Amino acid sequence: MSITERASGIETSEGSQEMTDRSSANAEELLRELGATLRLSEAEAAELVGEGPSEDQTMIINMGPQHPSTHGVLRLMLELEGETVLRTKPIVGYLHTGMEKTGEDLTYLQGPTNVTRMDYAAPLFNELVFSLTTEKLLGIDEDIPARAQWIRMLLTEINRITSNLLFLATNGMDVGAVSMMLYGWRDREEGLRLLEMITGLRMNHNYIRPGGVAADLPDGWRDAVLTFIDGVPPSLDEYDVLLTGQPIYRERLQGVGVITAQEAIALGATGPILRSTGVPWDLRRDMPYLFYEQVDFDVVVGTYGDCFDRYAIRINEIREAIKIIRQILDLLPPGDYRIQDKKVTPPPRARIDESMEALIHHFKIFTEGFKVPVGEAYMAVESPRGELGCYIVSDGSSKPYRMHIRGPSFVNLQTLPHMMRGGLIADAVAIISSVDPIMGEVDR
Amino acid sequence: MADDVAVEEVATPVPEVERVHGAPVTWSAGQRVLHPSRGDLPAVVRSLRDDDHFNMCLDVTGVDYLTYEADRQLPPGVAPERFEVVVTLMSHRRRERVRLRTQVPEADPTLGSLFDVHPGTEAMEREVFDLFGIAFEGHPDLTRILMPEDWVGHPLRKDQAIGRIPVQFKAADRKDAR
Amino acid sequence: MQWDVSKGLEGLDHNFLTGKIEDLVKWARRMSVMPATFGLACCAIEMMGTGGAHYDISRFGMETFRASPRQADLMIVAGRVSQKMAPVLRQIYDQMMEPKWVISMGVCASSGGMFNNYALVQGVDQIVPVDVYAPGCPPGPETLIHAINTLHEKIRDGELTRRQPGKGLGLRVEQRDGQPEAQPVALSNRG
Repeated sequence: MSITERASGIETSEGSQEMTDRSSANAEELLRELGATLRLSEAEAAELVGEGPSEDQTMIINMGPQHPSTHGVLRLMLELEGETVLRTKPIVGYLHTGMEKTGEDLTYLQGPTNVTRMDYAAPLFNELVFSLTTEKLLGIDEDIPARAQWIRMLLTEINRITSNLLFLATNGMDVGAVSMMLYGWRDREEGLRLLEMITGLRMNHNYIRPGGVAADLPDGWRDAVLTFIDGVPPSLDEYDVLLTGQPIYRERLQGVGVITAQEAIALGATGPILRSTGVPWDLRRDMPYLFYEQVDFDVVVGTYGDCFDRYAIRINEIREAIKIIRQILDLLPPGDYRIQDKKVTPPPRARIDESMEALIHHFKIFTEGFKVPVGEAYMAVESPRGELGCYIVSDGSSKPYRMHIRGPSFVNLQTLPHMMRGGLIADAVAIISSVDPIMGEVDR
Repeated sequence: MADDVAVEEVATPVPEVERVHGAPVTWSAGQRVLHPSRGDLPAVVRSLRDDDHFNMCLDVTGVDYLTYEADRQLPPGVAPERFEVVVTLMSHRRRERVRLRTQVPEADPTLGSLFDVHPGTEAMEREVFDLFGIAFEGHPDLTRILMPEDWVGHPLRKDQAIGRIPVQFKAADRKDAR
Repeated sequence: MQWDVSKGLEGLDHNFLTGKIEDLVKWARRMSVMPATFGLACCAIEMMGTGGAHYDISRFGMETFRASPRQADLMIVAGRVSQKMAPVLRQIYDQMMEPKWVISMGVCASSGGMFNNYALVQGVDQIVPVDVYAPGCPPGPETLIHAINTLHEKIRDGELTRRQPGKGLGLRVEQRDGQPEAQPVALSNRG
């Protein structure tokens, strides 16, 4: 049995999805392995094949899909020489839920319940991008009430804070600071409690819907939000003491998983990965949506493209999000929380008893759904992981003809082999954690 | 009469379709959409990258128009086919996106790969292959990515059912079920 | 009080002495259940939340989530199980040692949830025998703790040596993924 067969076992063998031995890889494949942006001449690549380490020194091992670092069901096949990682192949699909096919079967009002479960660490972003795309197709994207848009901004920024706290917790735990897991969850619980107060659920809220939001903010929300965002910065200072300044943590992350700007752009990486290489690209500032041009915030950019930069970017994004939320608290106007277009928005429940028309609209919207004009549209938002896009093709009926979500983690995972090359296995864990993939949006 | 001047048939002028790198342009909800032909797609993407600074490929996806009844919104001269591959590009310098829609026939569902222009399309093209069955020539590793390796069929095609099973209520045939 | 050796432990009659020992063993088993990490999707986030300081699964002795199935007693299937993941799930379950229990957390694990389609296994009890089902999408930490307490009661009140005789759906399922030929898998306890 070859090393590959022995290492990968029989039950989960996947045929051609496995890695071939290095000796059988030709120069062209090796060239591609290093990426199209690095120029390696054919002669150099051929030399690599010729003088490669003797076959019994490289080992192909399988990491996952069930493994302790809490990043879901990602499977990695690593080719190792000793403890150095040479080639990597991420194998995904272990969480494929057929959400895009399900999306074709659900109405536009039910759509957010489906897409919200893709990126389950930051569910409001999925709902937001789906709602924005639907509104664009309906042609009502200019008419959404200002209060609804500001509420959407408020909630997505709160969700950005909770998602980045999740990153801090899992990153700390993966690198070894196990207590960070408990601290991160402690602060995240406050955020989830706030979201439960506003939306009714801790996760997978189905709150941002086409036309606005599901319900207005409850009484006492301002104090609740202030309590939350006043409680986070002292915790962040604690984490700075525990992690940022700590020599072991810095040794583990600095210089590990380096990626250059050209590689990141060529591979389609967005979000903190791209910003860590020095490219200051943030959709909230460069292609603003909602009312982001009216709030003042910094885009946090790294220099070295390593794991430590990505950690620093995310912890500072929490501080920037808090800054944005404070401005939103001042700028949030009174008004409607959803568009008053009877064809799109269900009428208030009280009106159903009085008006026949309201009853009929309610019935039609909840059974058949509202019809969306023919067309296709793509909208994107800046989620904590990168550019989250939604492409919908409509055929004039009440269900999307085709709904596709561009998940940032799916594209970001392509940077893993480039980041891991030449590093150690222990670095591999730190690198996966710094990419912060959420397998729900990778596999959909 | 011989004095009559024969009236020449003046052909109604065909409206000039705007073209970018040879691909006709339409507009969809404020977004510019190009419609290159199957053979031109990699070249158009390369020209957009080199000349127009569309440096990042955001998304490659597919659509199956088998049961689509409405107007496809294609420019004149582009024949609709069953499959469409939709590529979204982003230009950081111009802060603008562009979408490319390429028609792919059902009888020969192949297309040139964009891997050499944008290596980040590797996983996305594998997904389109897996879920629609559209093969990309020149792709380094065209295998299934989301479904198991030995899965038969391409789930997102419209002639494949969603695979719903009838829901059984297990207590229904218990004799003591209330 | 004849003990039929050929039946092993199942042949033991219950008496005062063995009763006390049984209670002791069952107490030890339920007070230190060790879950295996099998967080798949959104429910895994709520499971991690249950392990956090606010909901604190540690008061039940369960905060040590074992990565290796050899060291785990309980598999909390947290999240949706796709067709590709199903053989992996079964393999992990087989690698756990007796006594072992399964909590199916969330509606996707219990019945396929809102995703009644080609990609998901409609209920993880098609693959492994489940002891407790915890509904919710996702079930909050309180629901999961209630499920854990239900499991503790089940351990306390159940037979010491029985392992679901005749329970499980009794179906024979063909495991196809990655196999040259279909391998039949029986869904009773020792299939």
